[in-house]
Amino acid sequence: MLPTPDLSHLKRQDYQFIYEPAEDTFLFLDAFEDEVSYLKELNPAISLEVGSGSGCVTAFVGKILGESNCLKLCTDINPKAARATQGTAKQNQLSVDIIETHLTNGILPRLGGKIDLMYFNPPYVLTPSEEVGSHSVEAAWAGGIDGREVIDEFMPYIKQLLSPKGVFYMVVVNENKPDDIREIMKRDGFESSIVRTRLAGREKLFILKFVRTA
Amino acid sequence: MRLITHNMLQCHVKGCNANNFPLELQEVVLEQEEAELNEDFLRNMLGKIEYEALVATCLKLDINDLPAAMPADAAYNDEFLQILHRVILETHIKSGKMVCPNCQHIYAIRDGIPNMLLAEHEV
Ligand SMILES: C[S@@+](CC[C@H](N)C(=O)[O-])C[C@H]1O[C@@H](n2cnc3c(N)ncnc32)[C@H](O)[C@@H]1O
Ligand SMILES: [Zn+2]
Repeated sequence: MLPTPDLSHLKRQDYQFIYEPAEDTFLFLDAFEDEVSYLKELNPAISLEVGSGSGCVTAFVGKILGESNCLKLCTDINPKAARATQGTAKQNQLSVDIIETHLTNGILPRLGGKIDLMYFNPPYVLTPSEEVGSHSVEAAWAGGIDGREVIDEFMPYIKQLLSPKGVFYMVVVNENKPDDIREIMKRDGFESSIVRTRLAGREKLFILKFVRTA
Repeated sequence: MRLITHNMLQCHVKGCNANNFPLELQEVVLEQEEAELNEDFLRNMLGKIEYEALVATCLKLDINDLPAAMPADAAYNDEFLQILHRVILETHIKSGKMVCPNCQHIYAIRDGIPNMLLAEHEV
């Protein structure tokens, strides 16, 4: 088992402002652990985590890939999360560049077709639409109708960003209608699989994996 | 943010679609920080860097070590790879501004983090 990243620099009060790693985060880590040999074989030159929050997932993936093998980029809409990700990278001796932005704004079209590994644990909780679009901690969970509003906004970018060999991983819950998401992605030219699922309290979590159809 | 990441950023103001890259660095504070050199990684990156933009950006920062054109043997030119490594992976932008050459929009860099967020009406 790979060690969980060191987050000891983040304190209780930090988690008032940024997402504290929870069951979804840990299931994501478990999924990446399952994918270790695949990821090493993939040998991504550029990776991108959308919505990195504490930076826990990127620190974990960074350890799998190795410090110097990959340009590790992250984005988050929450400025405090951006700073937390930066701190977590440092704490775990990794170089990560974090961009404060909405989804992947500011790197397209420049990075179109150049990202080999991308992953997103999105705000997936069902909330009123008005709650979507915050720049503070609510952005971590508020997903609007069916918890799909941020996911649906992001999906069209995936085919633009990923390189021919690129892979995309995403956390979803049952209420997000994973089959429907997979169907939409299929129309965009991606085949999908479920890397992990887990029942966490009332949430049924899935880790979906997408690669371009051969 | 390292210079390599600056080489990936582009203005995304609504309607600003041409001549919007690279963003011009102004009033920047730079810092050098040593990093492990990985030639395989650099080779993988050669095709993903916009080299001309990189050189132009460097010249404005008084970083004059990169050749104007990428050497034909870049992938196996140790001296070149070392310079490239130092410039794109060891040079950090701690603060400053990035100005779009087309629409003049200013993106701030604070605490080493570029802020690419736009106000509602600019999207
Ligand atoms: C469920 S949290 C996941 C955080 C972290 N990756 C983890 O797994 O613990 C979702 C993250 O996405 C960020 N986020 C939400 N909407 C976003 C958007 N439109 N663009 C970028 N980041 C966003 C939130 O600020 C939050 O950090
Ligand atoms: Zn512009």
